[in-house]
Amino acid sequence: MTDTIWQTLWQGYIWPGGLILANILALVVPLLIAVAYLTLMERKVLAAMSLRMGPNVVGPFGLLQPFADAVKLIFKEPIIPSGANKILFIMAPCLTFILALIAWAVIPVAEGWVISNINVGVLYLFAISSLGVYGIIVAGWSSNSRYAFLGALRSSAQMVSYEVSMGFVIITVLLCVGSLNLSAIVEAQRTVWFALPLFPMFIIFFISTLAETNRHPFDLPEAEAELVAGYQVEYSSMHFALFFLGEYANMILMSGMTTILFLGGWLPPIDVAPFNWLPGIFWFALKILLLLFVFIWIRAALPRYRYDQLMRLGWKVFLPISLFWVVATAGFLVAFDLLPKGV
Amino acid sequence: MIIHALAFYLFAAIAVASGFMVIAARNPVHSVLFLILAFFNAAGLFVLMGAEFLAMILVIVYVGAVAVLFLFVVMMLDINFVELRQGFLQYLPIGGLIGFILLVELLLVLGGWASVPHVASSGALPIPPPEQVTNTHALGHVLYTKYVYLFQGSGLILLVAMIGAIVLTLRHRPGVRRQDIAVQTYRRRDEAVEVKKVEPRQGI
Repeated sequence: MTDTIWQTLWQGYIWPGGLILANILALVVPLLIAVAYLTLMERKVLAAMSLRMGPNVVGPFGLLQPFADAVKLIFKEPIIPSGANKILFIMAPCLTFILALIAWAVIPVAEGWVISNINVGVLYLFAISSLGVYGIIVAGWSSNSRYAFLGALRSSAQMVSYEVSMGFVIITVLLCVGSLNLSAIVEAQRTVWFALPLFPMFIIFFISTLAETNRHPFDLPEAEAELVAGYQVEYSSMHFALFFLGEYANMILMSGMTTILFLGGWLPPIDVAPFNWLPGIFWFALKILLLLFVFIWIRAALPRYRYDQLMRLGWKVFLPISLFWVVATAGFLVAFDLLPKGV
Repeated sequence: MIIHALAFYLFAAIAVASGFMVIAARNPVHSVLFLILAFFNAAGLFVLMGAEFLAMILVIVYVGAVAVLFLFVVMMLDINFVELRQGFLQYLPIGGLIGFILLVELLLVLGGWASVPHVASSGALPIPPPEQVTNTHALGHVLYTKYVYLFQGSGLILLVAMIGAIVLTLRHRPGVRRQDIAVQTYRRRDEAVEVKKVEPRQGI
């Protein structure tokens, strides 16, 4: 009797649960290492662009620098301001970090390599990325500091504004695919990547991801020259590190989203012999790396937007263009009878 | 499935508890955050029912957009909520009445009591079983065929509300210097720069 109970427990819960846990670890551990090395890559690339050396002391070529940074941050004293709302103050960085990680549950890194292949993958990603604003706004409010609060207000307005045009861009892609499943979106790009037929949308989406991740030239929420780092100003030690890591994880996530929607995910650029020998994850990582390089390149090249310019770009430029493209794409697909005959 | 039931009770319990905290919390910002928690658990309940599209839309629209603006406003308001609570007993009868009406309506829906029997039967359109279509497709098929006028009508109502909000807040202030990017980019060098020959010791 007890044997069968243990058997059902083992087969129904423990073994599948362990398998899921192993899947998650297999994704999260490389992701965290990638985040750590993204910080190093950013410093190295920025240094190269301004003819400096960048970090080169810790380890060969500065390769151990991320770990030195992590150790330094862990040993610092976590300071909680006396006027702060303690629970929310500690919760905010955790929220940012958690949201940056849980979105990866639906990202297919190669054919069939996905933790949860859900029907509404795109919507899930969009929902999680729209939640990212809470980490920032809660941090800004709970710090009980003017600079932090100003940063939080700016960031919430900015992220909500750019989500609108991002939504339209996603709708355009979905019109061409006929499914909300991320693997189906990648498979639909076997003939041609959506970056080519939907090129303007690709550009709009990429710029919107810059705004969504609070990166240059849209880094007003943490403008160091006017707001002394915005919503992060009261944070120290690991709380700060969680924000920092969450932001970089978000950058990788957004690059992954752009890759899946427009650059054909794990598919090789051309489906011929030397290219399709390589595993899908290689192409996926390569495309993400390329987009991340552009992220850093933009940081090195462009000055920060003024706040009204930012709002103008989002509402008066991107929104009309993306709305027009949704209508134009739908019209084109209907007129030439190209609508995907889905399920 | 035990896990299914456990997840249901977890989501339901947190949703009810956070719903209570929305009205019980002293700090309005905490209230909004509890409201977000309640939305989130409602989305979880939708997922358990197999309505993943509705769950995601709930999170995107309510948590991702509406509640952000809500939080935005509440954070900037300077309300003394202790003062507002003074009128609690005064408003108790009408609040209790509304609560009672909502409760009765819920019970009517749950009890399946049909006041107009043919309406209930015509509302049930044959929806293919979930094994054949995803619920996004099923929802689209119903929404854009049978309920297309209602759908468009609700869209128009939202549009009117949006235009109304813009009309209420739009004001043209005189003397505001706006940036006109088209003018800036079309400006030529000979319009903007004047080259002068400056004589020594003369100045311009």
